[in-house]
Amino acid sequence: MATIEGLDRMLAGHPFFEDMSERARGLIAGCAANRVFHRGEHLLREGDPADVFYLLRHGSVAIELHAPGRSALVLETLRDGEVIGWSWLVPPYRTQFDARAIGLVRALSINGSCLRDKCAEDSSLGYEFLSRFARLMAERLTATRLQLLDLYGHPSDYAARPAERPLEAPTSPAKPGPSGP
Amino acid sequence: MPSVPHTLPWGHAIADPMTPARYRVDSIRSELTGVFTLGLSPLDEPCGIGFAPGKFSMLYQFGVGEVPISVSGDPDRPEQLLHTIRAVGSVTNALQRLSPGGMLGVRGPFGTSWPTTPAEGADLVILAGGIGLAPLRPLIYRVLANRSRYGAVCIFYGARTPDDILYRDELEQWRGRFDMTVEVTVDRAGPDWMGRVGVVTKLLSAKGFSPPDTIACLCDP
Repeated sequence: MATIEGLDRMLAGHPFFEDMSERARGLIAGCAANRVFHRGEHLLREGDPADVFYLLRHGSVAIELHAPGRSALVLETLRDGEVIGWSWLVPPYRTQFDARAIGLVRALSINGSCLRDKCAEDSSLGYEFLSRFARLMAERLTATRLQLLDLYGHPSDYAARPAERPLEAPTSPAKPGPSGP
Repeated sequence: MPSVPHTLPWGHAIADPMTPARYRVDSIRSELTGVFTLGLSPLDEPCGIGFAPGKFSMLYQFGVGEVPISVSGDPDRPEQLLHTIRAVGSVTNALQRLSPGGMLGVRGPFGTSWPTTPAEGADLVILAGGIGLAPLRPLIYRVLANRSRYGAVCIFYGARTPDDILYRDELEQWRGRFDMTVEVTVDRAGPDWMGRVGVVTKLLSAKGFSPPDTIACLCDP
């Protein structure tokens, strides 16, 4: 089992935390654990309490969205060096998407409720965390907007169409039509 | 008045840039829904037109009209001119209805070219989205034919879905090489897709490049 010192080294080696102060990393290491997931296993499940997030050290994870009667839609894949999960930061602390291991995944899991408590006690740590996650959220939002542009779609799908005329109530009684034969 | 040969800025002389040369359709390959590749051979100039990677031709469907289409074949095989085309309008739809043995007019090549010579010695990033891979394919052929002249070579390609990946077989071949990196991502996928999902620009941030030593060639749809 990895010691806290070992976890601290792993945190220092992860791009998300590599430039964080040693003191802050030490605090986070107390909320961290080493995890391994096999192909098909879920790191997160939509609707579950969001009490954890992950720092990916190895492997790929699909972020999926489900709708009744449809197969899962993969929104994004995340790989080594990336972070999964920010619902632990935002009330009501419920996971918004599924996260499924595409192959063998090694990750550091960070207990969100443990970290929330530490952030509440230490406002500088809280600020540092919020800054990093705000940047991450902004990057993901920008990427999602670009995906919504559907740049590779067929031009005819997005051709400008003439504006539809609003439905209007008749202002005068309809004229009688031509009589039948 | 005798006709005067025109010399284009890149040194290629053609009799008259306004007169289409006749080309025969040798092959039509369906690439994706609504996307096809025409293989053409010249009837008027037996050797074909030489082109540098990045050039485009004006393809003239007689009686319908003319469209600019990037050359997407191997620049070292000028005898067969390849154009990958998306059917989006009256001319490109008419081109899609051609059959082997049919004929069309070709003018060109026109346009600028990818910086194959200035890129020598540098790392090369080739980033394409959707059908934007077609104009970059001649560059990839040229670089692979002269692989030792370049540093690291990375191809980043983004498509709408896994079913919309252009030149899938070739991407797989290139990915199997040890002397280049090929990363493919799609905007949307089902759970069976084992590859990446996300915008193509995200692939850039995952790799460390030294901008002064890197030349990037990009083409989106």
